[in-house]
Amino acid sequence: MDALRTLLEEYNVLAAFWMTIKLTFFGAIGAFIIGTVIAIMRVSPVKVFQTFGLAYVTLVRNTPLTLLVFFAAFGLAITLQINLAPPDSPTFIVDNNFRWGVVALAVYHAAFVAEAIRSGINTVPLGQAEAARAIGLPFLPTVTTIVLPQAFRGAIAPLGNTLIALTKNTTVLATIGVAEPALMMRNMLEFNISLLYAIFFIMAAGFVILTLPTGLFFTWWSRKLAVQR
Amino acid sequence: MSAETDVLFDAPGPKALVRHRIIAVLGVLLLLTLLFFVIKGLANPANDQLTADKWSPFIQWSTWQNYLIPGLIGTLTAAAISVVLAIIAGILLGLGRLSDLTAVRAVCGVFVEFFRAIPVLMMMFFAYFFGIFVLKIPGDVLPLFAAVVGLTFYNSCVIAELVRSGVHSLPRGQREAGYAIGLTSNQTLTAVLLPQAITSMLPSIVSQLVVILKDSALAYAVTYLELLRQGTNLAVYRGNLIPTLIVLAVIYIIINWALTRLARALEGRMRHGKRGIRPGPTDVGPDPALAVQEEDEKQAAASSDR
Repeated sequence: MDALRTLLEEYNVLAAFWMTIKLTFFGAIGAFIIGTVIAIMRVSPVKVFQTFGLAYVTLVRNTPLTLLVFFAAFGLAITLQINLAPPDSPTFIVDNNFRWGVVALAVYHAAFVAEAIRSGINTVPLGQAEAARAIGLPFLPTVTTIVLPQAFRGAIAPLGNTLIALTKNTTVLATIGVAEPALMMRNMLEFNISLLYAIFFIMAAGFVILTLPTGLFFTWWSRKLAVQR
Repeated sequence: MSAETDVLFDAPGPKALVRHRIIAVLGVLLLLTLLFFVIKGLANPANDQLTADKWSPFIQWSTWQNYLIPGLIGTLTAAAISVVLAIIAGILLGLGRLSDLTAVRAVCGVFVEFFRAIPVLMMMFFAYFFGIFVLKIPGDVLPLFAAVVGLTFYNSCVIAELVRSGVHSLPRGQREAGYAIGLTSNQTLTAVLLPQAITSMLPSIVSQLVVILKDSALAYAVTYLELLRQGTNLAVYRGNLIPTLIVLAVIYIIINWALTRLARALEGRMRHGKRGIRPGPTDVGPDPALAVQEEDEKQAAASSDR
């Protein structure tokens, strides 16, 4: 027990999970924005945008997140020297990795968000879009004011699943050294192997605590917002 | 799908056609500008990513022989072992969750919910250290062990959920028919319900293979020699990180895209099949790829009913 206490004094587990929450928060916002734009492109009347949307979803969904993260952190940041943080700041490396990590998470999960929203658009009855056209709305106002708000209601459940996957996928950033729970767990295990099970259980419990309520909340929310048709 | 999205806009008249064309041209120009900056960024003299030196390794056999093909074999090995183990464990767990015994149901339920919430990478790290210190696994198979354990635990939970919802989505009459001819509930489950559930799960299992293949790249972190690690080894040796990552992405995309097509084809065959098994168990867990695809299936089914 004492060994565990000293270990927890040495490693700030809460800070690591706070990092998970920050990554999830910013990644989710980015993924939501990009995903919505891609979903609108996929249903737009202009062929070029449809093709671009389809290409984005197909390419990104079939690429491992780890590869995207490497591309951002090693390819864009280190090889091409594209920085998202001021290079002279003392926390430059940490900030740069964090921001590129968020970008990779957002780009990857945007493809899933786009598919979720598109399936939500399919739940909106035809009459809604027809009514919007009947009062003379062009495509963009039809989509943004009539169809999308209803589509989000229908897409709550898959969006919730994407958010849970995003929370768990933040651990991939351990491969580029972002100080989050998976990396911390590895470092802890390296020097405290006698506490193997306790360390694993604490870190795993953290993710259960983060994802289980999210899942329950989204199930409840999607039932609440479901439209009887 | 197309019928439903077409309703979002009128069939374009002559004016709208011109407008769409203008927007399309602007869109293409925007994309080309973006592409221009990407190429300019890659080609600028400071890092010069487009030079022949950095790309020529990919037309040499030795690159493929020494790095990419062994890497691909590593990736496929880990994925193949994991998918077989995950299917076996997943079916057992799924049956456990459908058991008549409350205790078995509860244990399997907690197991599935717990391991489904744990990131694959964490499970791999745990398996790695567990392998070293508890099982004393020799160093040469240790990374493979860690990768397979990490992939198996998560994916067997997903497959357990597929089994469960697959059985639940069967018509009630199937179970009743089993009871009517005097089978016990366990016999009904294994002889009547499970085979049908597994057949209808097949497309979802193939899509899950895509998830496993993508997640196998995480085994990089436990030093397993899979495609991504071999690729980065090559990149370190040749100093061509960006071209290598692009080539790796193309390899992953081709394989996964082919698997997705296979899943679609299986699903289509089942939908039009004579045996009338409805594909696609629903409401599977926090896996966006699956959930979204099933959402699509539901929509497709709904729209064909309409």
